[in-house]
Amino acid sequence: MNKLLFYLRKKAFFRSQLFVTNLILTIVVGIYAVMFAAFLLIFGFGTYFIFEEEGMNPLQEINRYMIYFFGADLMLRYMFQKFNTNNIRSLLLTNIPKTKIVKNILGRSVFSVFNLFGLLYILPLIGTLFFNLEITLPLILWSVSILLFLYFNNYLNLLLNKIDIFFYVIFGIAIVAGIAQYYEWITITDYTYSFYNAFYEYPFLIAVLAIVLGGMIYLAYKNYLANLYLDKGLEAKQNEVQNINLSWLDKYGTTGTFLKLDIKMLLRNKRSKSTMWMSFFFIFYGLLFFTNIVPMYNNPVMHMFASIFVTGGFIFNFGNYIPSWDSSYYPFMMTQKITYNDYLKSKWWLMVISTCVCVVLALFYLSFGLDIYLMILAGAIFNIGVNTHLVMLSGAFVKTPIDLGTNKNLMGDKNAFNIKSILLALPKMLLPMFLYGIGVFIKDATLGYILVSLAGIIGFAFRNYIFSQIEKVYKKEKYSTIAAYKRSI
Amino acid sequence: MIKVNNLSKIYNGYRVLNIEHLEIQKGESFGLVGNNGAGKTTFFSLLLDLIQPSTGNIVSNGIEIHTSEKWKTFTNAFLDESFLIGYLTPDEYFNFIGELRGLSKEETLAFVKPFQVFFNDEILGGKKYIRDLSKGNQKKVGIAATFIGNPEVVILDEPFANLDPTTQIRLKNLLKEIADRKQITMLISSHDLQHTIEVSNRIVALEKGKIVKDLITNENTMAELEALFSI
Repeated sequence: MNKLLFYLRKKAFFRSQLFVTNLILTIVVGIYAVMFAAFLLIFGFGTYFIFEEEGMNPLQEINRYMIYFFGADLMLRYMFQKFNTNNIRSLLLTNIPKTKIVKNILGRSVFSVFNLFGLLYILPLIGTLFFNLEITLPLILWSVSILLFLYFNNYLNLLLNKIDIFFYVIFGIAIVAGIAQYYEWITITDYTYSFYNAFYEYPFLIAVLAIVLGGMIYLAYKNYLANLYLDKGLEAKQNEVQNINLSWLDKYGTTGTFLKLDIKMLLRNKRSKSTMWMSFFFIFYGLLFFTNIVPMYNNPVMHMFASIFVTGGFIFNFGNYIPSWDSSYYPFMMTQKITYNDYLKSKWWLMVISTCVCVVLALFYLSFGLDIYLMILAGAIFNIGVNTHLVMLSGAFVKTPIDLGTNKNLMGDKNAFNIKSILLALPKMLLPMFLYGIGVFIKDATLGYILVSLAGIIGFAFRNYIFSQIEKVYKKEKYSTIAAYKRSI
Repeated sequence: MIKVNNLSKIYNGYRVLNIEHLEIQKGESFGLVGNNGAGKTTFFSLLLDLIQPSTGNIVSNGIEIHTSEKWKTFTNAFLDESFLIGYLTPDEYFNFIGELRGLSKEETLAFVKPFQVFFNDEILGGKKYIRDLSKGNQKKVGIAATFIGNPEVVILDEPFANLDPTTQIRLKNLLKEIADRKQITMLISSHDLQHTIEVSNRIVALEKGKIVKDLITNENTMAELEALFSI
């Protein structure tokens, strides 16, 4: 039976209309996965020695920081480990017993890549402990407990994956705890240390853990079995209508009409909401560069690179996918009395507004000095004048439909494999770095800022001309875009 | 109103549509019937410039559809769910179309009003997004929206499919009324011969992309069409 289910998954992959992009995506994801795996392995082997070198008791310190590993693990699982229920629908009517289907879902998750990644860290960690410490029964049982905790996370996520509030609560606690620890108000790890250490001190606790884990698996099994109906777990979630008063946009004519539509699109769909969160987090990207967290990033040219991202998160995350955001009703748009100019202008305004908002939110960078903030301002001007146009241009070549209802493809942007959009992606970051470099080389940083801003202002001045050129591309691509959006993912 | 010259569409060397000549008069209600794969949707997609013709052209109201976009000002269509915006409520969707045509909220509503007879509580003033409506209710929204803003040409692909019996009858009566006024050129495709005959004053049957019958509807039309399709 499992063989049959595997067969279906295989066919789904090879016969997808986006097979080539899926294949390339899988390979690229694979490369990243290997890099990440290598990192985890090295980290797993290294943890013991890092603590030892600092003159600390490794086992104690591992117990102290274990909560961070499992917290991050749970967070990543929540965001990326999806339990695909789509292909389950068609199995309901076959003579595969429901218990078998559920067991397959639960069983398959044991081999999920998230558990493998967890093992890649934990196994070398345990290995080094065994190698360097005396192998005692408590140590062995403690090690097994840690492994059980990994699977505990797996099934916890399986159970709670659909409950958003759970994510926000945990996320909130993690941030508060992190800040509290950093400023040494409360050391949360003192408490969690006792928790994990208990499994070493009192090894019989493993029995309790095993029972809890067993109960959790049983609960997940019961829960999935009970929800294997179209109107229960397999049902698409319906949302209450959110009413937003956008009538103040009425006076902006057709552009206003589109802005209203776009704002509703952004606020009412899962995928676009994730995009807005991502864009928000980009504001803090600069922290990696302006502080000494990563020393090799802390130089002026890399600072310019970061400045573009601080205010440009939305431009990159949203703009690159224009017009795919409207893919589900693109044929409708193409039969309405609208011009590409109006259509694009509203998207452009959205990007401009977001950039301005980011400029305000980024005011806290003033604490790194006026120079840094000026750099961010210059970056913002460049974003508005040049990058908005570049993303709209590359968007015209991106023909991957967006399913607004899911978070799928959020990280794996398939457009990255479109040669034209790769070529168009380069100047977005390299050009301002280059201009800034020239400015510094000729005179000083101020000239650098001026050059970057100037490029933005020139782009802005030729806005109408650039728009008409982009329109031409959109017109030329119209039919192939409609055809591509008709394909399913 | 609409003139089709030498129109053909070829996919992978296979000619899926081939109409040498066809003229549709202003105010005519034009029914298009045919089996699956006869080319009905292909023809409508060409009429809306959603696909490019392999040869020939279509001229609507003196405007060549493939080269100018002016036909959009007097043409409305509902082909499938890709003509709906899922994250809007029906009211918002109607208003969006109305605003694109320069209408106020009240004016837009006036165009949709006649269709209220087959809307249920979920549609006007409803608190649901279109994506959460049933297939039948989605269809009602799409069909009603095509009459917003006094269009001269309305194109409906399979309007009767997915609708409940009561709504089918009400929709039929509404379309008949509109057809009798002879102000809107209506193009309707359907698998349902009886419904199509009742709302159209002209019926064209397509088979493998070619026109095989072109009839002015009268009491014999049903028999003629049945003879054609009962092979």
